[in-house]
Amino acid sequence: MQLGFIENVMFSLRTLYNTYGYAQYTMSKFEEYDLYARNKDFLISDSVITFTDTNGKLMALKPDVTLSIVKNSKDEPNTVQKVFYNENVYRVSKGSHSFKEIMQVGLECLGAIDDYCICEVLTLAAESLQHISPACILDVSHIGLLSDLIDRMGVPSEKKAELFKCIGEKNTHELQNICREVGVDDVAIGTLKQVVTTVGKPSNVLPKLSVLLSDLPSWGDFEHIIRALENDAISEKLRIDFSVVDDIHYYNGIVFKGFINGLPAAVLSGGQYDKLMQKMKRQSGAVGFAVYMDMLERLDNTASEYDVDVVLLYDETTDLAILRGKVSELIQGGFRVLAQREKTETIRYKQLMKLRGNEVEILENNA
Amino acid sequence: MKTMLNVALPKGRLGEKVLAMFEKAGFECPSIHENNRKLIFENPQCGVRYFWVKPSDVAIYVERGAADIGVAGKDILLEYEPDVYELLDLKMGNCRMAVAAQNGFRDDPQRTLRVATKFTNIAGQHYLSKGRDIDIIHLNGSIEIAPILGLSDVIVDIVETGTTLKENDLSVVETIVPISARLIANKSSYKFKSEEIETVVRELAAQTEAV
Repeated sequence: MQLGFIENVMFSLRTLYNTYGYAQYTMSKFEEYDLYARNKDFLISDSVITFTDTNGKLMALKPDVTLSIVKNSKDEPNTVQKVFYNENVYRVSKGSHSFKEIMQVGLECLGAIDDYCICEVLTLAAESLQHISPACILDVSHIGLLSDLIDRMGVPSEKKAELFKCIGEKNTHELQNICREVGVDDVAIGTLKQVVTTVGKPSNVLPKLSVLLSDLPSWGDFEHIIRALENDAISEKLRIDFSVVDDIHYYNGIVFKGFINGLPAAVLSGGQYDKLMQKMKRQSGAVGFAVYMDMLERLDNTASEYDVDVVLLYDETTDLAILRGKVSELIQGGFRVLAQREKTETIRYKQLMKLRGNEVEILENNA
Repeated sequence: MKTMLNVALPKGRLGEKVLAMFEKAGFECPSIHENNRKLIFENPQCGVRYFWVKPSDVAIYVERGAADIGVAGKDILLEYEPDVYELLDLKMGNCRMAVAAQNGFRDDPQRTLRVATKFTNIAGQHYLSKGRDIDIIHLNGSIEIAPILGLSDVIVDIVETGTTLKENDLSVVETIVPISARLIANKSSYKFKSEEIETVVRELAAQTEAV
């Protein structure tokens, strides 16, 4: 039997992550609800399926994998733990407003992460997208750099969330209104607008951004990582786009989102989340990403025109041993065979056959 | 062959105005002016395909990628919060989202405020930010009638000229947010059709600024 598109992608991603030394991480479907209650903003949707366990503890069906991995990780300085997972998560889908089981593949690199770890995760993110489709783009941004810029502008903290929302929407007109409201001067507003609208390949964009941002504390980190990838095979797929934003309370460095031509939203999302680690009393950092496998359904063109190759009809007079023999013979000949007494209208088949005594008669041939 | 840019236009007067802007920007489509009941029109030479949809559905078409770009009112964007880029304020279809009540209405903070509206998310967030306890009554139309019949204390609705309010002895108590038409884009389309979308943004921005 041929593997479907999604199974193939999953298999190749597992192989890819293994090649880079990532170990598979498996976990239980349940987690104590308290973990999610304490980190609600980290979740994509804050609705969680809960139930009371036999010991009275409030449990949840996992809406997220990263929190569990961080919770169970060892807090050992100077070591790096590299894991990947292939798990189902349960959360409310935006369109249907009901809970859905969503398959997620992803990886996390936790511990004493350095620039190499971040480069490696970015490379793996871009390669993951390429395993799905060559028509892909990985947008990269840096939350720390954006925060530095907004701090330099003197935007009060209560307006930051609003401003980040505008940045995420590339909404420069409202971004300008918010900045003016809080007294930011036009030069600084112009710089922010330029940063948000300057999008492109690193080689084209870095020099322009350098003029605007090079005096900020996080610029060095950002430039170092992006420059290191400039000559890498995946650099063709990288785009710098500062409209990629994530929660500043959890993420602190590089953040990224992956897009596939033909799919309406990001299929991959990730970043460096040292602040989440700190919230969970870890002394080290972490970087990782998730691929939303449910979104790949729309790319799956492997569905066959036919449900089976052969529908083999028999009746009450048919000898059972002969029937078994004919079915085995056809299967060994490479056919997918559905043996039944009556033809089902909804089944699409290449050939309709009837077993008469010892002989097979072809009634219809649609191939 | 040119890449086709799929544009969702809101049916109605605003959509006609927006179409004129697109055509002025070089994205002409003669077939759209033919008198027929078709809903989809394309001009492969200009690389554009237009379709007319209900104004409140434009954001859904764009968010789900059926349209690469579209024009939607800020009211719809605030209410449904679609995950799209908001690239330009077209400064058309200007109006405001406002709280209105019967003339002479006095808010009693001791009581839960009953709010009738089509925009439950906008109304909810507005009163949440003020810490005011409210009872939202979702209506689909003729919102103005709610305070008159005692169904609600106030309404949250779009106010353009205020004539309907005035004729029903209502008046604006508070403006929540100004509303106008916005050019929105699907996030993924923006990556793969960036040149085409950027051309539209540039051309429409030039026309908007010239007004």
